[in-house]
Amino acid sequence: MIADGTEDEEKWLAAGSAAFKQNAFYMQRAIDSNNLKDALKYSAQMLSELRTSKLSPHKYYDLYMRAFDELRKLEIFFMEETRRGCSVIELYELVQHAGNILPRLYLLCTAGSVYIKTKEAPAKEILKDLVEMCRGIQHPLRGLFLRSYLAQIGRDKLPDVGSEYEGDADTVTDAVEFVLLNFTEMNKLWVRMQHQGPARDKERREKERGELRDLVGKNLHVLSQLEGVDLDMYRDTVLPRVLEQIVNCRDEIAQYYLIDCIIQVFPDEYHLQTLDVLLGACPQLQPSVDIMTVLSRLMERLSNYAALNAEVLPYFLQVEAFSKLNNAIGKVIEAQEDMPILSAVTLYSSLLKFTLHVHPDRLDYADQVLGSCVKQLSGKGKINDTRATKEIVSLLSAPLEKYNDVVTALKLTNYPLVVEYLDNETKRIMATVIIRSIMKNNTLITTAEKVEALLELIKGLINDLDEPEGLEAVDDDDFEEEQNSVARLVHMLYNDDTEEMFKIISILKKHFLTGGPKRLKFTIPPLVVSTLKLIRRLPVEGDNPFGKEASVTATKIFQFLNQIIEALPNVPSPDLAFRLYLQCAEAANKCVEEPIAYEFFTQAYILYEEEISDSKAQVTALQLIIGTLQRMHVFGVENRDTLTHKATGYSAKLLKKPDQCRAVYACSHLFWLEDHETIQDGERVLLCLKRALKIANSAQQMASNGQEGSAGSVTLFIEILNKYLYFYEKGIPQITVESVESLIQLIKNEESMPSDPYAESLFASTLQFMEFQKQKGGAIGDRYEEIKV
Amino acid sequence: MNFLLGAFKPACNISITFTDGKNRKQVPIKKDNGQILMNPLFQSQETIAGKIHIDSYQGKKVEHNGVKVELLGQIEMYFDRGNFYDFTSLVRELDVPGEIYERKTYPFEFSSVEMPYETYNGVNVRLRYVLKVTVTRGYAGSIVEYQDFVVRNYVPPPPINNSIKMEVGIEDCLHIEFEYNKSKYHLKDVILGKIYFLLVRIKIKNMDLEIRRRESTGAGANTHVETETLAKFELMDGAPVRGESIPVRVFLTPYDLTPTHTNINNKFSVKYYLNLVLVDEEDRRYFKQQEITLYRLKEETS
Repeated sequence: MIADGTEDEEKWLAAGSAAFKQNAFYMQRAIDSNNLKDALKYSAQMLSELRTSKLSPHKYYDLYMRAFDELRKLEIFFMEETRRGCSVIELYELVQHAGNILPRLYLLCTAGSVYIKTKEAPAKEILKDLVEMCRGIQHPLRGLFLRSYLAQIGRDKLPDVGSEYEGDADTVTDAVEFVLLNFTEMNKLWVRMQHQGPARDKERREKERGELRDLVGKNLHVLSQLEGVDLDMYRDTVLPRVLEQIVNCRDEIAQYYLIDCIIQVFPDEYHLQTLDVLLGACPQLQPSVDIMTVLSRLMERLSNYAALNAEVLPYFLQVEAFSKLNNAIGKVIEAQEDMPILSAVTLYSSLLKFTLHVHPDRLDYADQVLGSCVKQLSGKGKINDTRATKEIVSLLSAPLEKYNDVVTALKLTNYPLVVEYLDNETKRIMATVIIRSIMKNNTLITTAEKVEALLELIKGLINDLDEPEGLEAVDDDDFEEEQNSVARLVHMLYNDDTEEMFKIISILKKHFLTGGPKRLKFTIPPLVVSTLKLIRRLPVEGDNPFGKEASVTATKIFQFLNQIIEALPNVPSPDLAFRLYLQCAEAANKCVEEPIAYEFFTQAYILYEEEISDSKAQVTALQLIIGTLQRMHVFGVENRDTLTHKATGYSAKLLKKPDQCRAVYACSHLFWLEDHETIQDGERVLLCLKRALKIANSAQQMASNGQEGSAGSVTLFIEILNKYLYFYEKGIPQITVESVESLIQLIKNEESMPSDPYAESLFASTLQFMEFQKQKGGAIGDRYEEIKV
Repeated sequence: MNFLLGAFKPACNISITFTDGKNRKQVPIKKDNGQILMNPLFQSQETIAGKIHIDSYQGKKVEHNGVKVELLGQIEMYFDRGNFYDFTSLVRELDVPGEIYERKTYPFEFSSVEMPYETYNGVNVRLRYVLKVTVTRGYAGSIVEYQDFVVRNYVPPPPINNSIKMEVGIEDCLHIEFEYNKSKYHLKDVILGKIYFLLVRIKIKNMDLEIRRRESTGAGANTHVETETLAKFELMDGAPVRGESIPVRVFLTPYDLTPTHTNINNKFSVKYYLNLVLVDEEDRRYFKQQEITLYRLKEETS
């Protein structure tokens, strides 16, 4: 039958071509001498070469193309013959005398073409005759090529509307009928090809069939180009007939290719109007047909159509495109039981994209899609297929991209249900996508309800998921990044209404606190900050215009804060907790909540004492304490004393002398608040400064003993001088001109020693500053005037 | 006959011309030696008239015992060659015994001759019509000249002409139903029909329609049957599947056919058959033969 080796095939092709050429030569000679009889004889012999069964479709095509060219010449000759008076009817009969069917039919088609051109008979009659006669070739390959020849010669002679071959009535019907018939027969032959020959060649045959598919598809293309095929014609005749053939042929390759062909060649508008018919056919296809790709393409086309032509949108609604597609997909999935999850998800993903494009206002549609998807996924457990997972991610990302607004997505009740089916890794990825979208669009999420929903969605980032042991392999960097994004997210959750805002943060707290120690470090600070912001917005107590008790009171929030921060030291993140306490204390100060502020400070002190052991950290922490405490004005004398006393105590206990010194002179600020008469204690300021001087002295001594770098001590003196100047300027009586002058003198003495440039420049600028203040004049200028350098 | 002519050529030359010889249609007839000669065409009930010229060579005197012309219808069996059976024999005496020494012309006429059978050249039998002119002589032997002519009889279309429709098959292997539009075809007719495949379990390679001629000669135990395939026309290429219907359209014009002859003078019959042949991939042949009647339809006079 068919060659095993391509080598043999080449040989056969060469032999066939040689014989072909020879006969073509004789035919040409007969044509040149106007010898009809010989022309027919040699053309028949020439065409006999097409009877071979030895060539693969590819090689056969070679031969066919040669025949095609030769037949063009013959056709021209026939045309001339009829002009010379040869009756075309006789010619049409004459070619049928050939004994072999294949050459006969090629000749018949050629003569038929001439017949139509002479218009001695209606085109439809001849075409009908030709398409019928071609049934004689039942061999798939030869039949396909013959019919494609027929299609080719018939193409410009169809009795289409506006064509010169147009008949009297129902003329397009005839044209359509012809093409449909030819299409049907070609498809049958094409499908049959699959079942001929031994089973072991199946794969090769499939490949060969693939090469031939365009011959079949061409018919659909011709149909789509007929002027007369309007929507009615398409809906009532063309589509049902083509679909019938597609469904009935029960062949995977053909069904896939042809459905796709329909989708691609006919206008979108037609698809829209005949959606139910087209979709109705889908569940009837063979289970192995890759229907998902087909439907996806259809939806893609329709989405694009809708996107490019806004004016057609009403039609989409009119024909209920969405519900039809949704039903169809449901049916397809139902019909194909063992459809891989990937296909199903891809389908839903396409459908979702479609509805987002076409019905952006119909969230319920999108939700419906997700719902169907959930239904499909249910009972299948987590998805393991990576491609399917990817597809789900794209499915879930679609609404985000479209609406650029997570709030909208949050309205989709089925959204989180779909997320449920992802594995943990993917859930995290998805969550990141969601957060990124929020960030990108600066979407504020304003209600507790939505926050709750959102957190549910990004659970993967907030909680440790019940992951199987040993799989916990999230990269630290990734983890950090993820958590940072969660932290950023917190700031997008905002409501002007304090009550609602409180609800939001309560929810956040609820979720964050379950997140495990690793996350708290990242999640608590933004939460605290967000809460502090809320506190600032609270109406000042007693300033309630409505006269009713606000349910969200500062007290309540501070309790709340306390609870969150308490979680931190256990993490352990004492440093962070410490800072947060101080911040809270400051906020409490603003709200005039003395006990609360005190409580926070206490907490901070406890942390300082118990948890902060590193000397550098202590220095920093102490600076923070001092800075914060300085601004606190809420405390009563007793509380304040306790706290400042504590602070100065800590200062003195620092490890290094310079640190001690600096801390102590910083403490001096704790006793003099300019705006608060109650906290102006010049004595203690002086005490602090003096102690600082003492420490500086001892530091200097230690330095001269070679224990420590000598450079620092002069700097310390200059720094203390600055403090003196500050308080002197403020007019504290205890800071006298003399003390300042003696300090300057002291420094100058020290200066004579070999010293460091930093200290020098510091001193120089300090002196400069003094000079500057002097120049300024006024009260301050007068005070500086008194200092004799 | 050439031999005879040659032998007596010196004596005189006989030629026969028909009255409307120039206008009459001539048809080709294949002679025994393969030569194709054109002969005038007649049909039954026609008047056959003409002139017979007898020229003596070089003015020689030819004595004779009378001149006659015969119209003979003969059947010749090839297994009995040279022996003619005359089924028609008409004689016209042209001259009383005398002498011929110059060109002499005799008109003759057989009016409305009954010629029921058509000229036929078969494998084993021949039916011919001939004009035989005899110049009877005594001792020297008679001078005879023959002139063949062809008879064809035209018939009107048969009033009843049913289609041939039949379902045939091999159980669980092949079932087909075929239909030819008529059972009687004229010689320039077209056979139209369809072949439906009801069941196909064999791998068919192709399908042909053959036109076969069955000539039977003799009678009784001596009956001799000869079958020839006159046409082999491919109807289908490749293997059909169940439900396919293959069109049949065969023009009879290109083939050398005669009307069906049934029991001509108890000597011979000529019958025609359509033989549908299916060939499978192992070159096995499956066929079904159906008789058809051929007749000669009166042609449009042109």
